[in-house]
Amino acid sequence: MAKLTLTVDGKAHAIEIDDPEMPLLYALRDELGFNNPRFGCGLGQCGACTVHIDGQAVRSCITPVSSVTDRTITTLAGLGTPQEPHPLQTAWIEEQVNQCGYCINGWIMTGAELLAHNPHPSEHEIREAFADLICRCGTHNAAVKAVRRASGQA
Amino acid sequence: MMANETTALSRRAFLSATGALVVALVAPAEFAEAATKVLTSRPALTPDKLSSYISIDPDGTVIAYYGKIDGGQGLETAIAQLVAEEIDVPWERVRVVMGDSALTVNMGGSTAGNGLRQGGLIMRRTAAEARRLLIEMAGEALNRPAADLTVTDGVVHALSDPATNPAQRISYAELVGGRHLNAPIAWNGEAQQLSVKVQAPLKKPSEFKVIGKPMPRRDMPGKVFGTLQQCSDVRLPGMLHARMIRPTVAGAVPMAVDEKSIRAIAGAEVVWIKDFLAVVAEKEWNAVKASQALKVSWSQSKPNFPGHDKLFDHIRQAPVVKRSSDPGIVGFAAQRDDGSVEDGFKQAVRIIAGEYEYPTQSHASMGPACAVADVRDGGATVWTSTQKPHDCANGIAELLELPREKVRAIWMFGTGGYARDGQGDATAEAAVLSRHLGRPVRVQHMRHEALAWDPKGTATVNRSRVGLDASGRVIAYENISKSFSMEDCNTREQHPGDTLAGMALGAPSNWRPSFGTPGNSYVFDNGRWGWEVIAPLMDRSSPLRSTHIRDPFGPPLMFGSESFIDEVAAATHTDPIEFRLRYLKSDREHELFRAAAKHYGWETRPSPRNDQANADVAVGRGFAYRQLAGTYIALIAEVRVHRDSGVIEIPRLVCAHDCGVIVNPETIRHVIDRQLVWGTSRMMYEEVRFDENMVTSVDWLTYPVVKMEGVPRSIEIVLIDRPQEPPSGAAEMAVGPLPAAIGNAVFDATGVRLRRVPFTPRRVQAALSRA
Repeated sequence: MAKLTLTVDGKAHAIEIDDPEMPLLYALRDELGFNNPRFGCGLGQCGACTVHIDGQAVRSCITPVSSVTDRTITTLAGLGTPQEPHPLQTAWIEEQVNQCGYCINGWIMTGAELLAHNPHPSEHEIREAFADLICRCGTHNAAVKAVRRASGQA
Repeated sequence: MMANETTALSRRAFLSATGALVVALVAPAEFAEAATKVLTSRPALTPDKLSSYISIDPDGTVIAYYGKIDGGQGLETAIAQLVAEEIDVPWERVRVVMGDSALTVNMGGSTAGNGLRQGGLIMRRTAAEARRLLIEMAGEALNRPAADLTVTDGVVHALSDPATNPAQRISYAELVGGRHLNAPIAWNGEAQQLSVKVQAPLKKPSEFKVIGKPMPRRDMPGKVFGTLQQCSDVRLPGMLHARMIRPTVAGAVPMAVDEKSIRAIAGAEVVWIKDFLAVVAEKEWNAVKASQALKVSWSQSKPNFPGHDKLFDHIRQAPVVKRSSDPGIVGFAAQRDDGSVEDGFKQAVRIIAGEYEYPTQSHASMGPACAVADVRDGGATVWTSTQKPHDCANGIAELLELPREKVRAIWMFGTGGYARDGQGDATAEAAVLSRHLGRPVRVQHMRHEALAWDPKGTATVNRSRVGLDASGRVIAYENISKSFSMEDCNTREQHPGDTLAGMALGAPSNWRPSFGTPGNSYVFDNGRWGWEVIAPLMDRSSPLRSTHIRDPFGPPLMFGSESFIDEVAAATHTDPIEFRLRYLKSDREHELFRAAAKHYGWETRPSPRNDQANADVAVGRGFAYRQLAGTYIALIAEVRVHRDSGVIEIPRLVCAHDCGVIVNPETIRHVIDRQLVWGTSRMMYEEVRFDENMVTSVDWLTYPVVKMEGVPRSIEIVLIDRPQEPPSGAAEMAVGPLPAAIGNAVFDATGVRLRRVPFTPRRVQAALSRA
């Protein structure tokens, strides 16, 4: 057993793990009780488990927990709240993007990273940023519209 | 007014005994307590009681008990609109309880896009009936004839005296708040196709205040802020995490299990019952690790699957075990015969024939199936994302040999699965494990299980022929699908044989032959639409067992039927829309086609274009149509075919859509937009691959799906509102015509007919090079 501290959504959490290779996803969901991110593939192929690590969108299902102990982890719930929403969350609701919503961590966290570096991305840049995400309800175009709206382009 | 005084107002014992109803979005651990309160205070949950559908809280909130679920299409929001409209309270004051087998009656589960067509009508009618009875009660309370009264925002008052005199008004909350509407409801006696009859008339379209409004989806903020608890988020005290152990050769069963192989993993344990094999652990990651580490000796199995490349030969050659012309086939599956096809073909001067192949597909849910079960003290509660929670509860009761009333299936939001995916399997597995271990158990399928072990959409060979007379008119038409049954795996997990867990414990497969015909309203002098079903590839626990995928009678059948109509139009040098309209009689279709053509800017001419022979990128447009259960779709696809690479781009889809009265235009637009992207994935990418032993599509690399690059860039939806018609459903109908619309557009662009889905670049290249 090893003790680790994870800083998630602005709070420090102490956890005990017996496998340093355990993916961060399991630490967040199983040890700390976060409902987001979600398990989609465990292979880094879909994006459902995406969180920010120091502001960068990362797939937590293939990120060993021991590699992120000194880092700042942000989940979808920590990106913004109903009281203080991230502009992309507001736009997501205004565009009514989702169907089932299971994939949403990948899209919003990836989109938020894009906007942090590029506040007014072109449609092409948005599509490029989302190129490697999966959504099985088909919300792709709606997600692009939401990013355009959040960046004041729609 | 006190609640107990209200009862005295009614001579008909309209209300049952007092007892506050507790239904809230509570943490799962509190569900059981909430359920107990409800079950003790509420009249028995049967379809013949108004209390089974509608109740009113002490604060005037109307609770609508909707027996179906929302797979991501916004049903909760639309049902609230229907109920608010009919019962006359603000939309915000209607709360919808969905798909809990202990709180809602069985409405047949979510299926065939009938959430509004069937389920919505039940809710509208019962809400209208509640309003009618509440007005009657108010009449007694106010000492006025009911005919003189009306309702505004949940307050009954005189028509002549809208709001001014407090002595002449009474609210729903004052009348019945917190107690149950104990009035009889006439129903048809068929739970799976439940319909109800009431005295109250439904509102006329001219009276609609909430129906037709673009209300925002209620589930959206919870999803966007990560606060909505989904099925996979259920965590119970003492809960164990489980992973199933599947064979690498289909049909193999465990012969020996080396428990030592997982001894080093903390808390990991094997559960092996007959052919059912799983590992459990206190911590989820340890269950994952144990599932990867466990050493198992499997029995020899030779499933002799044909392999996906030889699948269509297998289907063509396999003996037919049931066909639509066999006696006793009725309803949707029945063969349609108009006139005499044999006579028609005898008279024909020209016969055209065509064949089309549709592959095996996986539900490929975004999230692999997940369920939690707590089986203790002679009862079972399961948390599930199945589309049919009542059937699920039936299946668990039979599997665990528990009385049905001791089993509760609580549906929760989950990943979009689009028909009978793996959720029912995960739920049964969790139930078996929980009973065995005496603790709550959460089963989470892994990605390879979601693709390799979910029940599959049926591969189909669809063949057509027509006979033309000398003028080029169709005088004989025949369309026959040959396929596996749509129910190698029943779409309702009602019996142990419907789930992998049940079959692993010895239940025989619940196979039954079933298929259908492509939805349309074509009228030919002599026409036949039929099907032939072949035997399943394995009789038990097959990873290729077939079942429904969203729009089951759409793409596999209509790729052939609507591509072939296009083939005939081209062979007779006729515009594809004009050609179809010659054989369609309803104004709805004619108006729909015109709306689609106008929006697209359709140029009336035959296909193909024949003016792009030297172009690297050939552009074309294709049309396809369907009618199903009163929903009419006209779909136009525009494609750009890259001759070198075989890549098909879809810059534009235009979908004219008539599904009767529009309840919520915004959610309908979104549902159509998203399903056309989803459908594009199926038509352009998706095909379950397998060899002689096993499915080899096990992740998103071996089962590719659409990503941003392949999404149709512009999806334009033309909604036709028909307020006089019932809502007929929009959840899946636009998918059916999609493969033919794309294929027909490729033909228009290149003169080459695509005969097999998916339209991968390799396959398109091959088709172009053959031309």
